[in-house]
Amino acid sequence: MKIVALFLLLAGWIIALAAVALMQSAAQRAAFALAGAGVEVLGVGLLVRAHMPHHEDRP
Amino acid sequence: MTSPPALSEAASVLCLFSMVVAPCAAAGLAIVNAGLGRSRNAAHAVLSALLVLGVAAVAYCAIGFSLQGYPGRVSHILMAGGKPWDWVGADPLFFRGVSFDLSPASLAALFGMFAAGLAALIPLGSGADRWRLGAACSSAALLAGLVFPLFAHWVWGGGWLAQLGVNYGLGGGFLDGGGSSAIQAVGGLAALSIAWILGPRRGKYNSEHMPVAIPGHNAVFVLFGCLLAWVGWSGLNTAGALLFAGPEVRPPLVVVNTMLCAVCAALAAAGITRTRFGKPDASLCANGWVAGLVASSAACASVRPAVAMIIGLGAGALVVFAVEWLEFRLTVDDPGGAVSVHALGGMWGILAAGIFSAAPNQWLAQFVGIATLLGFVLPLVYALNWLLDRVYPQRVSPQGERQGLDLHELGAGAYPEFMSHNDDLWQR
Repeated sequence: MKIVALFLLLAGWIIALAAVALMQSAAQRAAFALAGAGVEVLGVGLLVRAHMPHHEDRP
Repeated sequence: MTSPPALSEAASVLCLFSMVVAPCAAAGLAIVNAGLGRSRNAAHAVLSALLVLGVAAVAYCAIGFSLQGYPGRVSHILMAGGKPWDWVGADPLFFRGVSFDLSPASLAALFGMFAAGLAALIPLGSGADRWRLGAACSSAALLAGLVFPLFAHWVWGGGWLAQLGVNYGLGGGFLDGGGSSAIQAVGGLAALSIAWILGPRRGKYNSEHMPVAIPGHNAVFVLFGCLLAWVGWSGLNTAGALLFAGPEVRPPLVVVNTMLCAVCAALAAAGITRTRFGKPDASLCANGWVAGLVASSAACASVRPAVAMIIGLGAGALVVFAVEWLEFRLTVDDPGGAVSVHALGGMWGILAAGIFSAAPNQWLAQFVGIATLLGFVLPLVYALNWLLDRVYPQRVSPQGERQGLDLHELGAGAYPEFMSHNDDLWQR
């Protein structure tokens, strides 16, 4: 799960980079950069879940 | 990329003087972290700060500046879509290409050495009470020798983030004169990685996974550290603005904005905790103060004082809720509040610099910078610390944690005249 989360973070960043490099208008760039950020948020969420204590664990 | 215009002699001297007071920021953070930790780890906390600063300075001198570089110096560039993407500096190792003659490049090298140390110091807040000294130093070497210089090149070394304005029309390119991103957010994301890899302190969460309060051992240290950090931040922001924010920088405005940001953040934190809990919370007010300093760094040279106050109010409010959210909802044990203060406060400062800028699409340049922090820096720093943990376990043994890091790793406590008492928080 952690590795998937890290790859999601990287994928979101690459989408944001591609938005800047490939899109022409400011609106298109903003939309794709926001989409990349959305993928990153998914990655952060997955990374958070991967580090939450399981219910059967006892600290 | 062409070299930026040279600083006047007066500006160079002011920049050098500002950098001389910048280490007060590190001293302030070290004292804040020591005060927010337990008394049995106090000497360990301050010694860790000293040694981490030393390791970071050596790593930055050996490798860091060669990766960071400075605009106009040699670097590795890729062409994509007909535009240059400057990825990494290619200066000689050990500062060999720098002539220390008050030139902007030499001042940037000195600034970078202090900045790398400050970034490496931040994770000590989240790893307090359980992070081994040797592991903290090893992690600092990776951060100061690799992660910080790489991102700093993109922001301050003429890298692709700084060139977003020239190449793609995104405002003036990524804007961060004082280091909200390269220093604070990078250090804050490293702090998050460390908190995750180390796990919570023993006894921090009960069997229902509810957090148990472990108050800091010295509120006076924490609050005095804030005042010390304010002096250091004024120097840091002034030096950074003179070096990286252009020749039209007005140093008095930088200092005024830094102070207004910090005080408004502390007032916001005091007001919110007073409203919610009936009394202002000292440690959250201190976190708010430092978050205000952190958020001030990005835009301190370019916004009006009223805007700096708004940025500070936002930082203070953000940090109060973020500390609680991380501890209660995400079970991240961060004794020093490093993630909330430096990672989130830094990102808020970066975004605010774009929101309040008059330049078209500046917010998008700032947004791409935040996406880079989350999408590149966080995975890199997490992976490096995870690998380090495989080779050299970062967390102290349960016996060492119970005994206290002062006795376990240093052989003597910070307060030998005080009798230690049983730890009621320990899970038996």
